[in-house]
Amino acid sequence: MNYLAQRLLTFPLVLLGVSLLVFFAIRLVPGDAIIAMLGTEAGLLTEAQRASLAQYFGLDQPIVVQYGRWLMGLFEGNLGISVTYGKPVLEVIIARFPLTLELSLLSMLIALAVGIPAGVFAATRADRPSDLTVRVFAMLGQSTPSFVVGLVLIYFLSATFRILPAMGTFTPLFEDPLGNLGQMILPAITLGFSFAAAVTRISRSAMLDVLSDDYVRTARSKGASQRDVVWGHALPNALIPVVTLSGVEFGYLLGGAVIVEQIFALPGLGRLTLDAISQRDYPLVQGAVLFIAFNFLVVNLLVDLAYAALDPRIRLGGK
Amino acid sequence: MGLLRAVLRHPSGRIGLGIIVVFLVLAVLGAVGLTPHDPLKQFVVDRLKPPSATYWFGTDLLGRDTFSRLMLGIGESFLVAFASVAVAATAGTLIGLFAAWWGHLWDGVLMRIMDVLLAFPAILLALLIVAIEGPGVVTSITAIGIVYTPIFARVVRAPALALKAREFVEAARTFGSSQGYILSRHLLLNLVAPLTVQITLALAWSLLTESGLSFLGLGTQPPAPSLGVMLAESKSMMTRAPWLMLFPGLTIMLAILGFNLLGDALRDILDPRTRERTA
Amino acid sequence: MKPLLSVRDLHVGFGRDPAAHEVVKGVSFELAAGETLAIVGESGSGKSVTALSVNRLVDFGGGKITGGSITLDRTGGAVDITSADEAVLQGIRGREIGMIFQEPMTSLNPVHTVGRQIEEAFRLSRGITGHAATIAAREALERVRIPDATQRLGYYPHQLSGGMRQRVMIAMVIAANPRLLIADEPTTALDVTVQAQIMALLAELRAETQMAMIFITHDIGLVAGVADQIMVMQQGAAVEQGALDAVIDHPQHDYTKHLLGAVPHFTSGAAVLGDGVRNGEQAPIVRVDNLVVRFPAARGLFARASGAVHAVDGIDFDLRPGETLAIVGESGSGKSTTARAILGLTPATRGGIAVAGHGHRPVQMVFQDPFASLNPRLDVESLLAEPAIAAGQKVDAKLRERMVTLLKRVGLPEDALTRYPHQFSGGQRQRLAIARALMLNPDVVVLDEAVSALDVSVQARVLELLVDLQREFGLAYLFISHDMAVVERIAHRIAVMYAGQLVEIGDARSVLADPQHSYTRRLIGAVPAIDRRRQDFKVDNTQVPSLLKPRGYEPPPARWREAGTDHRVRLEEQ
Repeated sequence: MNYLAQRLLTFPLVLLGVSLLVFFAIRLVPGDAIIAMLGTEAGLLTEAQRASLAQYFGLDQPIVVQYGRWLMGLFEGNLGISVTYGKPVLEVIIARFPLTLELSLLSMLIALAVGIPAGVFAATRADRPSDLTVRVFAMLGQSTPSFVVGLVLIYFLSATFRILPAMGTFTPLFEDPLGNLGQMILPAITLGFSFAAAVTRISRSAMLDVLSDDYVRTARSKGASQRDVVWGHALPNALIPVVTLSGVEFGYLLGGAVIVEQIFALPGLGRLTLDAISQRDYPLVQGAVLFIAFNFLVVNLLVDLAYAALDPRIRLGGK
Repeated sequence: MGLLRAVLRHPSGRIGLGIIVVFLVLAVLGAVGLTPHDPLKQFVVDRLKPPSATYWFGTDLLGRDTFSRLMLGIGESFLVAFASVAVAATAGTLIGLFAAWWGHLWDGVLMRIMDVLLAFPAILLALLIVAIEGPGVVTSITAIGIVYTPIFARVVRAPALALKAREFVEAARTFGSSQGYILSRHLLLNLVAPLTVQITLALAWSLLTESGLSFLGLGTQPPAPSLGVMLAESKSMMTRAPWLMLFPGLTIMLAILGFNLLGDALRDILDPRTRERTA
Repeated sequence: MKPLLSVRDLHVGFGRDPAAHEVVKGVSFELAAGETLAIVGESGSGKSVTALSVNRLVDFGGGKITGGSITLDRTGGAVDITSADEAVLQGIRGREIGMIFQEPMTSLNPVHTVGRQIEEAFRLSRGITGHAATIAAREALERVRIPDATQRLGYYPHQLSGGMRQRVMIAMVIAANPRLLIADEPTTALDVTVQAQIMALLAELRAETQMAMIFITHDIGLVAGVADQIMVMQQGAAVEQGALDAVIDHPQHDYTKHLLGAVPHFTSGAAVLGDGVRNGEQAPIVRVDNLVVRFPAARGLFARASGAVHAVDGIDFDLRPGETLAIVGESGSGKSTTARAILGLTPATRGGIAVAGHGHRPVQMVFQDPFASLNPRLDVESLLAEPAIAAGQKVDAKLRERMVTLLKRVGLPEDALTRYPHQFSGGQRQRLAIARALMLNPDVVVLDEAVSALDVSVQARVLELLVDLQREFGLAYLFISHDMAVVERIAHRIAVMYAGQLVEIGDARSVLADPQHSYTRRLIGAVPAIDRRRQDFKVDNTQVPSLLKPRGYEPPPARWREAGTDHRVRLEEQ
């Protein structure tokens, strides 16, 4: 109870800090928002027109007031109006968010589904040739940036099969599951590749640690078989560090999505943020970054809850 | 140096160190100008030539020698990596150390601030900083440095807290040793092991991120060669000139691999727990 | 009659070339059904590895049996364990050979409930599952005398005390009714009174089931109460073995004699130092007045502390120059907290601590763990220089001379100055710690379980050194310990602590020969001693009261009575 209460209380504090950082960081970006919006045409504005535009976007108020108003708006679910799209920021984000979310979740799924069994397998055959093979692959995988993986995949597809994966479009999952997966599978593998390698290494190392723990010895002394030991005793304990890692890594996945979306030209949140930054679209950048950070924190919270579910020492506290 | 010998005895350590040394040599040669061809010169006649005796790794769309450009690119990447990790390690260690030592309120405040930084996916934070300062080498260094600082803070804080409760630190308090003495000779000296491992891994990660930033066009600006930019440019000509993708890709991978292998070896050597297991 | 277990010329090695790295070098013994064999030795003797070989668990730790045979007699014929395959071994483990280990905390799976782990034992050995298993598990807990058995089935290991966890381990083992129980230092990590309870439990179970037992320990006094046969091991070989009485009363091998001589025998006050009788004239050098140390209980972020842990709840005593006051108690008694409060490491909640010494820091401390109290990264010269630097002195030739003098005085070579802690043994490191404590010429040295982590033979020598130093430098000692036999040899006065309070205090001889408080009696009664052969440990299950009290709780004022010139006892609540 204590542990959870603490986590829940620090959550809004951190979120507040994030909003502060985002808000003021954006303000440091050089270049007047209005010039960025209108480009060369900005020179054609009269002072009065410029002032009125500035007032419309609230750019004439002192900065603290702007922050306050923005924060108030947040509570109402209003993240402002995007300068480039002319639509509410929230609307723009929500349109692109499902893609990025699906991409991240799919890559995490692939990574866990491949990594955990590989790591456990390697640990049970420690120091034998099969273990070495897994470790070499995992090491190579962790050293390969996502864009290299993506480019190589595209190359092989186009060179070997003469097909270029469809890019630029996105079919939502619920409309056409098969089509959607066909589009997402390659980006998900790209993004999940190095994470899978990391999961393999962590699973292997955690398993090895756990297998040499005393309670495993106790189980064996009771007559437990290797299977009992690995699945019943070792794995539940070894999963704990894997879960912790996954939470941390998810953030990198969300960020790495930017690069993958770029390569495969997917209309996701990452690319949106990238473009918004170069276009000085303050409201959009604020909203998008805050949104991503919020999701990351939520995932971390979920990881902490999973952690408590797995480890009774955290759940119930000490003696 | 016993550590060097231990690293050389370790299989991963040998390979990792070897790769890094080779790359360092190439980077230095590139920096002083000892490249096979001028990396910036465009041999327009020899555009898009596959690897040959003259152009070891082939040429690109503008007729520039890939190998020479790679040498400079490695130098750029290493520069950013070492500089940014230096920043992150110094700042992060100080923050983690003080958070652990002063505890309670300071610990709470400092680590919350670190949490805020960590709430941003790394690339995103880097993007933000790059957007503020404009793309370039210095920006990359600052961005990666700031992004990695909280990780060093976390990596230092846990062992520092454990050390604080250790009996030799308590003994120091009973003598009345000054805080400075305790922090430097009791805490920092014993943090060297986890720090070394983390620095090596940070270097690997930094190379990875820097190439990602360059790939997105936010790092080193053309015409200066950088591994990420070269890869970005290679995309459109993938089928026609695969060597433009192959060699920069391999180079990045090998560089990151080198540091990862070294980091692994160091962890095996310096972490007492793994030492117990293999003993 | 054929013996139950027959071990012949056993060789066990580790690593890639086991034959070259032998840890057990030709051990043989036989065990009949219902017999108890005690294997005694210090660290590195190979006793644990021998035990782990009997059920081939040593294979999983990187060991390999390189020679000899281990024959287990079964109803279907004998089995050679050294050559049996894993399937056969799994059938033997748990069902015929059970094992309990030294560290109850780490020997239980932290993410499974206690009930589930006991049920697993029933499932593996007798095939009992489901509801029947739950009932069996509950009965097993009751058999090892754990109160509220039904509730405890749902507990996790970290929620139980060390003694209870060991009982759970025993419950798991007897689930299968094995014919042989291997106990590897089962009580080493437990408090002395808890140890007595566990020994009583084992004795009772043994009588009920006629189970044979191999009992591994470093404490030769402990086995005098349980063993039929004894085998003494040193550096991988058995140096002496035979019937218990024969070996203990007429030891043949030098090492056995050395062990028997080095172990402090508890003699109820007869061995107390005679030079510390108080004469009422000297002023005390340390005076503790109604010391209270409380720690607020863990609380929510904004809620006030719901209570506090009363680690020390109002104690007073004083210490005269040149005198040793031993503070004796078990875990949770508050003895260590008292020491730390006197040194300023833990803030006192209330009460006065007055130290009359002169000099920079008149009170110094030697800690329990010789491996943790010296910074592994500093060389001996830096380690010894630190107190002087802290006092503002310069590191010059004069200081180095002092270091060398002290090093020689504690029995360490001069060239130790350039070496690092890991190059010394446990006993030597403790001597370094003592030298370091003496650098500033203190008046009082607090020794917090300073010899508890050392091997028996090393312990004796360090104690001798301490007594010598006390006489030479006129030091006052505050000697914290749980070991009555050790205390007997160094203390002039003894204070007994229980649950944060002082229950008895006085002249050592008086307290040891004629203990008045029920806890002191229990503590002394639990001390294993050579003379008590095959004693009947009385089965008693008193649990230590919780130190966590609600906010604002104050203990009732202490009432004392005199039981001698220098002997006070706290009156017990009825």
